[in-house]
Amino acid sequence: MPQPLNYLKETASQTAGPYVHIGLIPAMAGFDIFEKNFSNVLVTPNTKGERITLEGRVLDGTGTPLRDVLLEIWQANAAGRYNHAADRSAGALEQEFRGWGRAGSDFDSGLVTFETIKPGAIIDKAGRKCAPHVNVWIVARGINIGLNTRLYFSDEEAANAADPVLNLVEPPVRRKTLVATRSERAGKVVYAFTINLQGPEETVFFDV
Amino acid sequence: MNAKAPFAALQDPRLNRPEPFTPRDGGFFQRDRSIHPPAHAPGYKSSVLRSPRQALLSLENSVSEITGPVFGHNDLGPLDNDLIRNYAKDGDPVGERIIVHGHVLDETGRGVPNTLVEFWQANAGGRYRHKKDTYLAPIDPNFGGCGRALTDDTGYYYFRTVKPGPYPWRNYVNSWRPAHIHFSVFGSGFAQRLITQMYFEGDPLIPVCPILTTIPDKDALDRLVAPLDLNASTPFDSLAYRFDIVLRGQRSTYFENRSEGN
Repeated sequence: MPQPLNYLKETASQTAGPYVHIGLIPAMAGFDIFEKNFSNVLVTPNTKGERITLEGRVLDGTGTPLRDVLLEIWQANAAGRYNHAADRSAGALEQEFRGWGRAGSDFDSGLVTFETIKPGAIIDKAGRKCAPHVNVWIVARGINIGLNTRLYFSDEEAANAADPVLNLVEPPVRRKTLVATRSERAGKVVYAFTINLQGPEETVFFDV
Repeated sequence: MNAKAPFAALQDPRLNRPEPFTPRDGGFFQRDRSIHPPAHAPGYKSSVLRSPRQALLSLENSVSEITGPVFGHNDLGPLDNDLIRNYAKDGDPVGERIIVHGHVLDETGRGVPNTLVEFWQANAGGRYRHKKDTYLAPIDPNFGGCGRALTDDTGYYYFRTVKPGPYPWRNYVNSWRPAHIHFSVFGSGFAQRLITQMYFEGDPLIPVCPILTTIPDKDALDRLVAPLDLNASTPFDSLAYRFDIVLRGQRSTYFENRSEGN
């Protein structure tokens, strides 16, 4: 017998269940308990960058929107800097912009929205330029372990074509499942996305 | 007693406290998916239409994965870790008073400091305060059923609540959830993000739960079961259960000007 390595084992995941709102977004469960709540609004009046709305749905294997799903997003600021000590890139940090938000889908329509800014391009540790993107984490009843995916932006064609992560996706036809589509509505910039859990258009999910 | 005062802080009872934490900035250890439930677990019927069928694309961690949101005491209120008081209207909630405590660790055994832990649960009768829960057990007017805490510099957290009850749900016609508390944990990087559930030692519903038994590894399942911890209980007040949570470990990378230690 070799010497034991003695690493601990990661705690097993369990589904967030249908009542995830109680713990993470109590107002959606129907009550008010905390003095301070987390939300789907990442911006403050001082946040730098282009205001955008991310708006989309998560669809099950029949194409039906999940109406009890919870999404979290994590993103860099407009200068491409994450608000975390492990990001040592040169972009200016904005203390007020945490870069994280969470949203539950609407109980009727399944629509999920975030009010944020478009992140800047980031430089990865290998020095490669990465297209602007938002990291997404998805939990719900029936999802046994949180799903990781990304949202890229449809108006960043050149950057997307050079992105080291998008270029890993094979076959290339699946890359479009990670791209949110830009439009303008009543003077606001909206990026629309659809996350397909199954089917021919199944979204690319990552083992991060 | 001031009803708005937090309940007394526990002492971290462990003789061997976790190693001190020094930030690392390499990628996280590869997730061992053999200890997690598979996405598609037909015994848990809701997973059938909600499970991706394509292979996950493995990503070498970049700055997008090793960074994650940072939370502070400013995000929390003074009663957030006291579920006995944080929704009390005209008295204490009904049920067995318990303390739940433990460490958030990583796979190398280091405590994960200053990380946000959120928890939610049914009341003592097995009813959730949620507009979509229609179980016939009554809502407790003095119980909200959620709370949160930041770990201290050793990764230690604790909260006070009442023991949740089991409840029926629609999977098979006679499926019951064992008593459980849901946990959400962040860690230092977004790739450590984890949601899980804690169960209670001795609960006879554990081996027949269609959700718990999605976990293919017996030891991994056992690690979700919190033992009674009499040493941490408060005499004539509350029993205690211990629940440690392990997040993925992280490698070191060496930058030109920080080659010392890790």
